[in-house]
Amino acid sequence: MTATQNSAGLGIEFRDIEKRYGAMLALRRVSMNIAAGEFVALLGHNGSGKTTLLKIAALLGRPTAGEVSFFPDPAGDVIAIKRRIGMVAHNTLLYDELTAAENLRFFARLYGLDDIPSRITHALEAAGLVARRDSLVRTFSRGMRQRMAIGRALLAGPNLLLLDEPAAGLDRQGLDWLNETLSHLHREGCTILMSTHGRSETLALATRAVCLEAGSVVRDTGPAAHSNEILDLAAGFGSPPRFESQERAR
Amino acid sequence: MTLARAASIIVAKELRAEFRSFELLNTTVVFVLIVVVLFSFTFDPTNPESRRFGPGLLWIALLFAGSLMLQPSFTREQANDTLAALRLSPIEPFAILLGKILANLAFLLLAEVILLPVFAVLYNVRILPVLGQLSFVMLLGTLGLATIGTVFAAISSQARMRELLLPLLLLPALTPVLIASTEATAGLLADSPELSRTWVVFLAGFDLIFLTAAWLFGEYLFEE
Repeated sequence: MTATQNSAGLGIEFRDIEKRYGAMLALRRVSMNIAAGEFVALLGHNGSGKTTLLKIAALLGRPTAGEVSFFPDPAGDVIAIKRRIGMVAHNTLLYDELTAAENLRFFARLYGLDDIPSRITHALEAAGLVARRDSLVRTFSRGMRQRMAIGRALLAGPNLLLLDEPAAGLDRQGLDWLNETLSHLHREGCTILMSTHGRSETLALATRAVCLEAGSVVRDTGPAAHSNEILDLAAGFGSPPRFESQERAR
Repeated sequence: MTLARAASIIVAKELRAEFRSFELLNTTVVFVLIVVVLFSFTFDPTNPESRRFGPGLLWIALLFAGSLMLQPSFTREQANDTLAALRLSPIEPFAILLGKILANLAFLLLAEVILLPVFAVLYNVRILPVLGQLSFVMLLGTLGLATIGTVFAAISSQARMRELLLPLLLLPALTPVLIASTEATAGLLADSPELSRTWVVFLAGFDLIFLTAAWLFGEYLFEE
């Protein structure tokens, strides 16, 4: 299991965020303040803007309007902030033509990490992929790739972890590992922002839920929400998405 | 982390991935060899006039090879959205571009190492006496090709008709490099070999300007 770089999580504040793709408004004046150490579940149907918001949080996309800021952020140094962010995206963000160990070594070197061999071994052990360390990632199953993707995101010990449907493709064993890992990171003070569009066990770990619909925040439980409240909210997203509301928004 | 360190890590990854599959190199080397061999049949190699066309053919072949080779440098990153992983990393955005430029430069130079002896034999030109100067010209010309080609590959990778777009962008933009490289190469392969300082300075200036432009505006290339 990978520990965070230091005990402090990284807080994030979205202020009046709008994101437009051509004529489509993906996010509409989204504002929220996520304190360091919070575990926030981002709930919503497909196309509600969860992934777009996570990409903006990861500094992968600039908002069309509004601001995103991180705290504590003494210098406002983008590279220093990136060093503290880990992300599990829809795609694995892994090179198929490299082995598991080569992928991790490559990213560890880009992050300027020390003691890379032992970090790789720990990451592979945690993901249960030690035996496949020299196998090309293209030979992995969907679940193994997802575990590798999570291992890659945790490699540098992030203080802010952004997860986009992290349970996708994981089997029972993988889900248990994911829950245990996230629980451990949360206890260590890592801030976690996780998107999902349905009820999952991992949601029970969250301490706050924010619901997005057609790019707008329609519900925010606030911090220290009860897990039942979050699970009940998530259950509401098990029904088919209401595309007509999105069409209106456009 | 310094820019050079980050770029070198990316170059090492690119080389490792390519030397595992040889996808780009195999295709490109075969392509340039076919072009050079086919054109050699249309000229009499003993005719001095045919050698006048040689440098132009050599650079045209390299230009086409470049457009073949450069396209996948960013489209390969789309398979698992690994470009996002690079952009998430705590490195300067230009390091990604510089790493790709240097890797493409290495691949193109490698193709040239294979191509040059074949070219010398087929077109009856003596390259050994001017090998050092010729290598310098090839390096400058290929750096220009790799720089502009990599930048345009990054731009076109996000377009729908990317296979068509890259040559359309690349060929006009590379015309100055092509002219300067051909003239400088022709000077070296003439009966009285001479390195044209004018064309060499032109090539060096061109490379410097486009590398600086890539450094200044590189980060905008990757924005969604």
